[in-house]
Amino acid sequence: MTAEAGLAALWLAAALSLLGLFLSVLHVRGKLEADRSVRGLAIVQGLLCLFAFAMLLVVFARTDLSVALVAANSHSAKPFIYKIAGAWGNHEGSMLLWVTVLGLSGAALAAFSRQLPSRTLIAALGAQPALALGFHAFLLLASNPFARLDPAAPEGRGLNPLLQDPGLAFHPPTLYLGYVGLSVAFSLAVGAMLAGDVDRQLGRAMRPWVLGAWIFLTLGITAGSYWAYYELGWGGWWFWDPVENASLMPWLAATALLHSVAVLVARNALKAWTMMLAVIAFSMSMVGTFLVRSGILTSVHAFAVDPTRGAFILALLGLYVTAAFVLFAVRAGKLREGAPFELVSREAAIVVNNLLLTVILGIVFIGTLYPLMAEAVTGEKLSVGAPYFNAVAGPLAILLGILLAIGPLLNWRSESRPVLRKLALPALIAATVLAIAFLAWPQSTILTKFGLALAAGLAPAAILPLIGRNPLRTPLTIWGMAIAHLGAAVAVAGMAADSAFTVEKLTASRPGETIEVGPWLVKFEGVAPVAGPNWTAVEAELRASRGGGVHVLRPQSRFFTDPPTETNEAAIKTVLRGQLYTVVGQSDAEGRWQLRFWWKPLVTLIWFGGGLVGLGGLLALLGHARRAWRRRAYR
Amino acid sequence: MIARPKHQRLVLVILAILAALGAVLLAMWGLKDRAAYFYTPADITAGKAAPGKAMRLGGMVEKGSVARDADGVTTRFVVEDGDARVPVTYRGIVPDLFREGSGVVAEGKLGADKTFVADNILAKHDERYMPPQLGNQQAEHEAAQTLKR
Repeated sequence: MTAEAGLAALWLAAALSLLGLFLSVLHVRGKLEADRSVRGLAIVQGLLCLFAFAMLLVVFARTDLSVALVAANSHSAKPFIYKIAGAWGNHEGSMLLWVTVLGLSGAALAAFSRQLPSRTLIAALGAQPALALGFHAFLLLASNPFARLDPAAPEGRGLNPLLQDPGLAFHPPTLYLGYVGLSVAFSLAVGAMLAGDVDRQLGRAMRPWVLGAWIFLTLGITAGSYWAYYELGWGGWWFWDPVENASLMPWLAATALLHSVAVLVARNALKAWTMMLAVIAFSMSMVGTFLVRSGILTSVHAFAVDPTRGAFILALLGLYVTAAFVLFAVRAGKLREGAPFELVSREAAIVVNNLLLTVILGIVFIGTLYPLMAEAVTGEKLSVGAPYFNAVAGPLAILLGILLAIGPLLNWRSESRPVLRKLALPALIAATVLAIAFLAWPQSTILTKFGLALAAGLAPAAILPLIGRNPLRTPLTIWGMAIAHLGAAVAVAGMAADSAFTVEKLTASRPGETIEVGPWLVKFEGVAPVAGPNWTAVEAELRASRGGGVHVLRPQSRFFTDPPTETNEAAIKTVLRGQLYTVVGQSDAEGRWQLRFWWKPLVTLIWFGGGLVGLGGLLALLGHARRAWRRRAYR
Repeated sequence: MIARPKHQRLVLVILAILAALGAVLLAMWGLKDRAAYFYTPADITAGKAAPGKAMRLGGMVEKGSVARDADGVTTRFVVEDGDARVPVTYRGIVPDLFREGSGVVAEGKLGADKTFVADNILAKHDERYMPPQLGNQQAEHEAAQTLKR
């Protein structure tokens, strides 16, 4: 019955979405006073989706093999946490999660955004179910997660072992919260354009959603990068895989939007610009969903290989994006003028930030979709990877980093003080590091050298806005900005250091041999068999020392039984200066084992920096929330 | 100098258009010689692929062709597609699920001696995941496997 209850809740939610859309249109046209009912419907719709998702969790928790999805993706012998996580580790379940987050976002918008003009809010609450309806249709017609299997399967087929990892439990939901959070910015932009009211009030209502979505995207991408790093055993942290790009593109758009919303709130400027970015940001979320869910890509993430599904999502994407762009084209000219600003001002810096982010977004977008286009048009198969993305987007990212050092120091509207003088010290540090890079590490790439220099200069520059302020009286928003910018510098430092200083070693060794990896001496003690709940493994024992104490690392080569698969489990030792990364491969007839090592100085800074960026966002969000609360208290 | 508002909006519109154009031009410039084309063994035997250029080679690992060099870390095997066969060398740990008779995509360059030197090997990751490039040949193979089970 559980599955049927979930399915019924989904149908009901779809019906309520349709009703909500209908009432919202009537309300905006002034035919009906439907304010309360539209809000109520949005909330009930969200709760119904949540109920359906809970039912899916229940059938997975029970391993109910009469549900086709469970039989295809789960197994009774799987650890409990992966039974639960398996609910969204597949196509149908993850689409249900997407729809649930979308429904809950609409509910939250209805419940909490009361300071907006009614027409804008109700129009936005009409856009939200319009989005939901398309995805409900997709779920119910093309990917029903609750379909029954008759007769029930005797045993499930298991979950891809690569996905049996704690990272899986959090990574997709985090990203989805980010993707779908942007849907609210989209709906608010559509609502405001329909109602013709784009002002600071709208910016204030939009900002927490953009900021929240952006925090989740930042953390989701950071966590996903670390997951790929330790799970895939390739020693890399970013592969320019289309699915990684699918999460990077909304992040780039959301980063631009975040900054332009700040201009809208502070200065009532960049109105049409911000609306455009809001439309682009959620469009990128849908492009991401299309890329991942259509099964069109060569990727670990591509679960579904079903052309009708791809066509369905593509049609939805085309419909929503076209509608939003048409609305924008018709309405943007009618928006009231924004407040003017000078060429040297915070606004102008943010415009350049937005332009650079947009160009980088365009480059990533074209590079990601080009193989699909080329194959569709000429039939030629090709792939676009790191050489393209690094060479074309890399220099622009460095420019963006330089701007990031200057922008926060500028005044709103116009700047006449000699701001650059404050940057003398950071610039000197950067120039010194650049010179050292050219002299001491000539073998590293140009991009790496500039990355090192940028990180060294940006780190002190990022905290300049805090200098001369009383730390306790500094608004949280300023703290947030400085910490997020510092995080960017830290992450760039990690990326450049990884590229410049990594030492790699590949050997075939007999037990007892010692291998030198950078500053480490690693003794290979031998291998032993080990067993887990649903796998067996060969485990190597490595004793690594660097003068002082000895660290034991135990990389494994695992064999899963359901489905039969092997994976390499890397063993990683994190020390203050970096990470020693070890992988064990196959043995040969002479009793040698393949071992692969990487000594990666400072590599952890990449994810630490990503975390700092997210923390900065969180502080800014708290700061804005506190301000909004005070504003309300004064009234 | 504060520009007149109308003027300012126009400037912003022009900037946005320039940015979009700039992205397209930069991307086209970058893609011209940085995209790696996908070839089958038949393409390579037919001389369609230039040596020394980054590319991907996809096909099946020929049964009985996998061998390890004396250094213990270089793997040699043959990729075939039913029509042609191309020898491949790879220095590194072959990925999970790389095995004879199974699908593989190798990234690397074609050497002057017509041997493909791979710097990366992508193998089928699980029962259901399959690089689309491998097409129907692999799908038939899968179907046979499933029936056997």
